[in-house]
Amino acid sequence: MPLYSQIIQYVLSGITIGSVYAIIALGFNIIYNSTSIINFAQGEFVMLGGLTMIFFTVMLKFPLVIGFPLTVLVLTLIGIIMERFTISPIKKPTVVTLIIVTIAVSILFKGVAMLVWGKDTHFLPPFSGEKGIAFMGASLNPQYIWVVGITVVVVVLLSIFFKYTIIGKAMTACAVNRTAASLMGINVKRMVLLSFALSAAIGGIAGIIIAPITLMAYDNGAMLGLKGFGAAVLGGLGNFYGAIFAGLLLGVMESLGAGLIHSGYKDAIALLVLLLVLFIKPSGIFGVTEVSGFKKF
Amino acid sequence: MDKKNSLTLLILTVCLVVFPFIVTNTYYISTMVFVGINGIIAIGLSLLMGCAGQISIGHAAFFGLGAYTSAVLTAKLGFHPWCAFFLGILLSSCIALIIGIPSLKLKGHYLAMATLGFGEITYIVFNELTDITGGPSGIGGIPKIYLAGYAMNTDIKYYFFVWAFLLLILTLSLNLIHSRIGRALRSIHDSEVAANAMGVNTSKLKIQVFMISAVFGSVAGSLYTHYVTFVSPSSFGLFFSILLVMMVVIGGMHSVWGALIGAALLTILPEFLRALKDFEIFVYGAVLLLIMIFLPRGLIGGLEYLFNRLIKKV
Amino acid sequence: MDNVILHASKIKKTFGGLVAVSDLDFTVREGRIKAIIGPNGAGKTTVFNLITGILQPTGGEIQFQGNSITRLKSYRISSLGISRTFQNVQLFSNMSVIENVMIGRHPRTSSGIMSSILSLPKKRKEEKEVRKRAMEYLEFVGLGDRFDESPENLPFGKQRLLEIARAMATEPRLLLLDEPASGLNTKETQNLARLITEIRGRGITILLVEHDMELVMGISDEIMVLNSGQKIAEGLPREIQENDEVIKAYLGEA
Repeated sequence: MPLYSQIIQYVLSGITIGSVYAIIALGFNIIYNSTSIINFAQGEFVMLGGLTMIFFTVMLKFPLVIGFPLTVLVLTLIGIIMERFTISPIKKPTVVTLIIVTIAVSILFKGVAMLVWGKDTHFLPPFSGEKGIAFMGASLNPQYIWVVGITVVVVVLLSIFFKYTIIGKAMTACAVNRTAASLMGINVKRMVLLSFALSAAIGGIAGIIIAPITLMAYDNGAMLGLKGFGAAVLGGLGNFYGAIFAGLLLGVMESLGAGLIHSGYKDAIALLVLLLVLFIKPSGIFGVTEVSGFKKF
Repeated sequence: MDKKNSLTLLILTVCLVVFPFIVTNTYYISTMVFVGINGIIAIGLSLLMGCAGQISIGHAAFFGLGAYTSAVLTAKLGFHPWCAFFLGILLSSCIALIIGIPSLKLKGHYLAMATLGFGEITYIVFNELTDITGGPSGIGGIPKIYLAGYAMNTDIKYYFFVWAFLLLILTLSLNLIHSRIGRALRSIHDSEVAANAMGVNTSKLKIQVFMISAVFGSVAGSLYTHYVTFVSPSSFGLFFSILLVMMVVIGGMHSVWGALIGAALLTILPEFLRALKDFEIFVYGAVLLLIMIFLPRGLIGGLEYLFNRLIKKV
Repeated sequence: MDNVILHASKIKKTFGGLVAVSDLDFTVREGRIKAIIGPNGAGKTTVFNLITGILQPTGGEIQFQGNSITRLKSYRISSLGISRTFQNVQLFSNMSVIENVMIGRHPRTSSGIMSSILSLPKKRKEEKEVRKRAMEYLEFVGLGDRFDESPENLPFGKQRLLEIARAMATEPRLLLLDEPASGLNTKETQNLARLITEIRGRGITILLVEHDMELVMGISDEIMVLNSGQKIAEGLPREIQENDEVIKAYLGEA
């Protein structure tokens, strides 16, 4: 393949994996905005999403159109359970306590997943076959189209939700100023619960769409979560469009780095760029320093 | 250091000396060696996190730098172990300085991400720099370290060796906390703006404490290398960095004693849980979760509470 | 008495498009009590943050005792002799009351990392001295008996006094007080007025941001009025009270 087509190939797969990072980053942001904590179990939602989908469609042989919404429903419940039983009972939450709690939850999820699905890597068949589509000299995996397409749908739905629905606006209000929001009669506790439910649901979607490309095992969550966190930080924590841009950027850089430089250093390259951006702009590409100062760590 | 700390230190020393005479099983002694090694890094991280309020999710890197410096220099290049030990400290503190200057300007989650990124990059370098580090298969055949002519070649000898280091580091850390510098570090934790306005050079102090914790990490790394006589990258990844943060928080962030208790719990607990086979990870996660929900100030916070209630009753 | 201790020329601060302070000139003379008043959002606290280096000015220069401090870091400015209190009290809540004041001794002491870690005799001697001096400042503001408590246990008025003690411990030549009377009752405010004059009596110059007009008019030698980041009047308390523009812009709104 000529270099030109190779680069196209890398960019295509970068955009695909980047879309997934973007969705995961959005999940981080939704919880961050309503609670100012980073949910380190976000990656586990992705892992559980993938494996639950495999359970429904591969083991129980449900069709995709049923397996997909069922999986999202299960993940929403998992998000609600997590908030009710681990975040809500903490009396005097500090950010560090909450970080450790979410890490503990992520270990717990991993443990459960290992009990249910074992240590094997599981396969989810691509949604519409594996036959590549020729695209500018490169071969386009049809699953890539599914990933990018579903990401676009998720992004559009989320922005409609946050801009035009009462609940979405209330969540945005909590993100801007919690005290003011509660004075305006918004039930902040319910918004926190909702943010976990929503975050788990979209984490699950990320897991469903990526599973046919990367396969899924009980211990895949941490790395995916890490990349999503990187994208959220790079875009400026809490910034909706920043997360999408940074997710895609990370994905493309990683893919180009792996293909053109050295596959072993692919994560290092992405991380190095992330560090450099933070050192130059300490609150991410789209972050505002004054705003990040308000959210006390 | 005040009387309470001196007394606790004395009691700890006595217990440590008596322990191997009561428990002779080498498996337990060996576990205690690892408690000591992890304790040394956790104490350093506690100075950074608990005292100065700056998080690092990349401290496994300094542990790894110490371990690899010792391993490469002694096993491959025939350096004297103590020479490698001090070169490891030098390397770790230099890297801490270079990473610390830009990173410690960041706050909160951004600092967490930067240190995490640094840790991961270091881990990848350990894996990929095959010519020097041996890549994923690591480096073996590392010689034992000698102290005053005695080889530290048995579990029991190493036990005393490591814990002597730990007690030294603990004493130095307690001294630091109860000093002008320690006070200034704690002021950064509460309000960096106010600390600066009171004449505390917060940027410099943050870097200094980051370097101290890196040095402790490197010391632990070298001690680890000469004990297990084999290193490979998997011991220095993200999982270990997170484990270190958990030791500090689960033990109780506000005190270096907490870091030591946390290191002990998180080193010993998996040994017990191993019997549970597939349930290990699940139970481990559940225990951590319960501690965090019911003892937000960590184990040491819980102990202090019990102790105070006991005193009130008496 | 007439030496200028602080001189600000054409200082300017913008946040994005918002102008907080624009081309402000003023001087503070040694040994005086000068008050800055103005409606909320006039830029008073921003001026304090610019002087103490917490914010960097977008333009202009600030001189302290004849030397420029415009680009200096906050901690350097503090050790040169400018200290402050905060509008929203910023005490170190994880430390005892006396330790809060001991922090104030930081720029006047010198034990470094090594002597701290090794607990050298020099450090121990210095610690004793620091504690003794801190106790003196606590007694000066009337908090000597509560030295071992957590600052969070103190009533709000006493927390303000603790902040003053902490600032005094740095041995400032110029002390900036940011709304020291806000949240205090009448008796506490009278006590505060006495304390501020006493501090001036020790030869320390005071720059004060305050809303309590009785306090301002009672103790200030000179008053500067800010509105929307600009100086609209400056003069003796009596002159300010009679200034039409001030009445319109400030008192009218209050």
